[in-house]
Amino acid sequence: MTVETIGQASATKPANQKLAIADCDIHPSPKSVEREIFPYLSKRWQDHYQTYGMLLRQPYQAGPAYPKGQPDAARRDAYGPNGEKPGSDLEFMRKHHLDPYNVQLGVLNPLKSGQGLQNPDFAAAYCKAINDWQIAEWTSKEARLKGSVCLPYEDGFLSAQEIERRAGDTNFIQAFMLIRTSEPMGNRRYWPIFSACQDANLPLAVHAFGFGGTPVTGGGWPSYYTEDMVGHSQSAQSLVSSMVLEGVFERWPKLKLIIVEAGFAWAPSLSWRLDRIWAQNRQELPHVKRPPSEYMAEHIWYTTQPFEEPDRRGHLKDVFEWIGWDKLLFATDYPHWDFDDPTRIPLPRATDEQKEGFFLGNARSLYGI
Amino acid sequence: MPYPPVGAIDCDLHPAVPSIKALLPYLDDHWRDMVIQRGVHELDSISYPKNAPISARPDWKPEVGKAGQDLVRLRKEALDGFGTKFAICNCLYGVQLLYTEDMAYAFARAVNDWIATEWLDKEPRLRASIVVSPQNPDYAAAEIDRMAVDKRFVQVLMLVMDEMPLGRRRYWPIYRAAERNGLPVGIHAGSAYRHPVTSAGWPTYYAEDSAAQSQAFQTTLTSLITEGVFAEFPELKVVLLESGFAWLPAHLWRLGKFWRGLRMETPWVDRHPLEIAKDHVRLTIQPYDAPPRPDDLEKLIEHFDSDEMLLFSSDYPHWHYEGNNAIPDGISRALQNKICYDNPLATYPRLKEAVT
Repeated sequence: MTVETIGQASATKPANQKLAIADCDIHPSPKSVEREIFPYLSKRWQDHYQTYGMLLRQPYQAGPAYPKGQPDAARRDAYGPNGEKPGSDLEFMRKHHLDPYNVQLGVLNPLKSGQGLQNPDFAAAYCKAINDWQIAEWTSKEARLKGSVCLPYEDGFLSAQEIERRAGDTNFIQAFMLIRTSEPMGNRRYWPIFSACQDANLPLAVHAFGFGGTPVTGGGWPSYYTEDMVGHSQSAQSLVSSMVLEGVFERWPKLKLIIVEAGFAWAPSLSWRLDRIWAQNRQELPHVKRPPSEYMAEHIWYTTQPFEEPDRRGHLKDVFEWIGWDKLLFATDYPHWDFDDPTRIPLPRATDEQKEGFFLGNARSLYGI
Repeated sequence: MPYPPVGAIDCDLHPAVPSIKALLPYLDDHWRDMVIQRGVHELDSISYPKNAPISARPDWKPEVGKAGQDLVRLRKEALDGFGTKFAICNCLYGVQLLYTEDMAYAFARAVNDWIATEWLDKEPRLRASIVVSPQNPDYAAAEIDRMAVDKRFVQVLMLVMDEMPLGRRRYWPIYRAAERNGLPVGIHAGSAYRHPVTSAGWPTYYAEDSAAQSQAFQTTLTSLITEGVFAEFPELKVVLLESGFAWLPAHLWRLGKFWRGLRMETPWVDRHPLEIAKDHVRLTIQPYDAPPRPDDLEKLIEHFDSDEMLLFSSDYPHWHYEGNNAIPDGISRALQNKICYDNPLATYPRLKEAVT
C-alpha cells in the first residue's frame, strides 16, 4: 500500500519553540530490520525471524486486529524526504522535531522491540539487539536522545540480565515495558525486574499497548480501535492497583514507575478508591503498610500525551494539583498521529516554575540528568 | 457524613436469596428435579465472599444466614433506618454466571417470581430490578416483557462484566425490550468471570477485584457509547450500580479526546461522549470513591457539569460507611435533594407514576 504523505514543504511549520522541553515519548524505528537489527542478532535468531516472523499473542502476522487511525499510526508529514519510515531517520527527526521544538532531552521508546513475543528466548535476543541498535544508530550520534532498555518482560530473569548488562551505561535512562502484561504487573514473576531496576537506579517506564493475550477489558474484546486506545487508561489503573496492592513499592522503596501514553487524569480517583479498599481489606494486605495514595504520590510519574482536554481548563488544574505538578512529564509521541504539540496543548494556568518543571525540569530530576 | 433526607429513594439495596432451596417453589418441575438430582450448589458469586468486609456491615449481619435475607431486618435497618420512600432491590444471586443458558433463564425467572412474592408483596416501599440471563439475549428480552407487566419492577439488571462488552450488538435485544417497556438498564458491579477482571489477567488479591470494578465500568461505558447503543435507543437510560463515580469526568474527557480523533470509525456517535452520558447515564453514590476532603469533592462535582447524574443508594447490606451516614460531606443540601429524590424520579418513570 502506498501511503499518501505530506511533504515538509506543505506541512504546518511549528511555531519556533523557545521554551526548552523534554519529550518523554519518542518512537524510533529501523528503516530495515535486516540492515539495522540483524547485525546484533545471532544467525539462529536471524533465521528464526525469516522463517516464523515475530509471533505475538495477537491474531495477525502484520499488525494489530484493530487497524490504526493512520498507516502505522503515523503523522502524514513524518515520512522522510526519500519516503523513509516515520521515526527512522535521525537527520530528518532533528529537522522535523528536535530542532523546531527545542527538544533538549528526547526519550526513545522503541515499539516492535521484541517485547511480548511468544518465544521468550527470541524476545530476549531481539530486545538486546534493539538496545544495541539504539546506541549505534541514535544515542551515540545525538546527545539529546537517550535510550530505553527494552525488556523481554514476560521473563523476569532474562529481563534482569538485560538491565544488569546496561546498568551504568549513560546511553540509557530508563527500563521499558508495555502495560498489557500477561499477568498483573505486581505479580511476583516480574519481581526480578523491580530488583534490577532499583539496583541499577533506572526508572521503569510502562507504555500503552502490549500482548498479554487476555481481552483488553474485563468484559471481553471490544469492537473499535477507539475502545482499544481509551482502554489503555483502564489497563494502567489495573497495573497501578496491582503494583501497590502486591506491595511492590514497600519491597523496592526506591523504584520509580512512569506511566507512558495511558492518561493521567484517572490517577486521583484511583488513589481515592484504593485507599478505601485498602482500609477495608487490611487483613488481606498486611504487606501494604501505608495508604495506596502515598505510594502512588511517591513512586509514580505520568507522561501527558495524549493530553486530557476537558472543556474547562480549570478542571484540569484541579487534576494537576491532585496529582502534583512535579509528577507530570510532557511527551509528544512523535511521530504518531495523536502527537501533542507543546505550543498548543491546553495546559492549565501555571506559574513559570510549574511550567518549566512540566516541560523539562521534572524529567531532568526524575532521570537525574 | 450527613444522613439522606427523609423520603429519599434508595436505588441499590440487596435482598439475598437465603438458599437455593428458597427458589425451588419458583422453578418448574424439570429444573426443580435438576437442582435436587444434580445437587446444584449455591450460586453466590466470588464477587462478594461471604465474610469479606464489603459483603455485610457487621451490625447488619445475622448470626446465621446471609445479610439481607430477612425482610424484617431489611425493613428496620434499611427502609426505616434511612426513612426511604422507595428502595430498589437488586438481587445479586449469580444466575448470570452459569454457562447453560436455559438453566440461567430458568433461574432468572425463579429469582424474579421469588422477589415479587417474598419481598414486593410484603413491603409496599420495595421495588425491584428484573434479573435477566444475558447468556441468551432473546431469553432476557422475553423475561423483561414477562415481568414488566408488574409495575413494581422498575429496571433491568445486568452485571458489568459479561462474555462481551455490553455495548456489543449481541445484547441489543435486551436494550430494545428495556426501552419498549420504559425501563432503565441497571448495570451492577460483578462479573460472569468469562475473562480475568483485569486486562492483564487474574489478580492475586480480592482487593484488586474490587478495584477492577471501576475499570470495568469505564470500559463498559466506552462500549455502550462507542457501539451506538444510545443512538439506536434514544429513550434508554443506564444506571451504574456500585460503580463509584469519581472516575466519570476524567474518563469521559479521554473518551472525548479519542472520539474527536477517531470519530470516522463510529459516525453514529454524533456528540461529545460527556453530552451523551449526561442524557443517558446515571450513577449511584455508594460505594463512595471520591476524595476524603469535602472541598475536593466540591471540585469533582463541578467536573460533572451536571447535577442530574448521581442517585442515592444505601447499598444495604454492603459495608461502606457507619450508621446512616450514606451521603458524603461536601454535597450541598440542594444537590442532596436532587440525588435522593428528583434524580431517581427522573430516572425511573415507574417511580414517578407511583408518586403522582
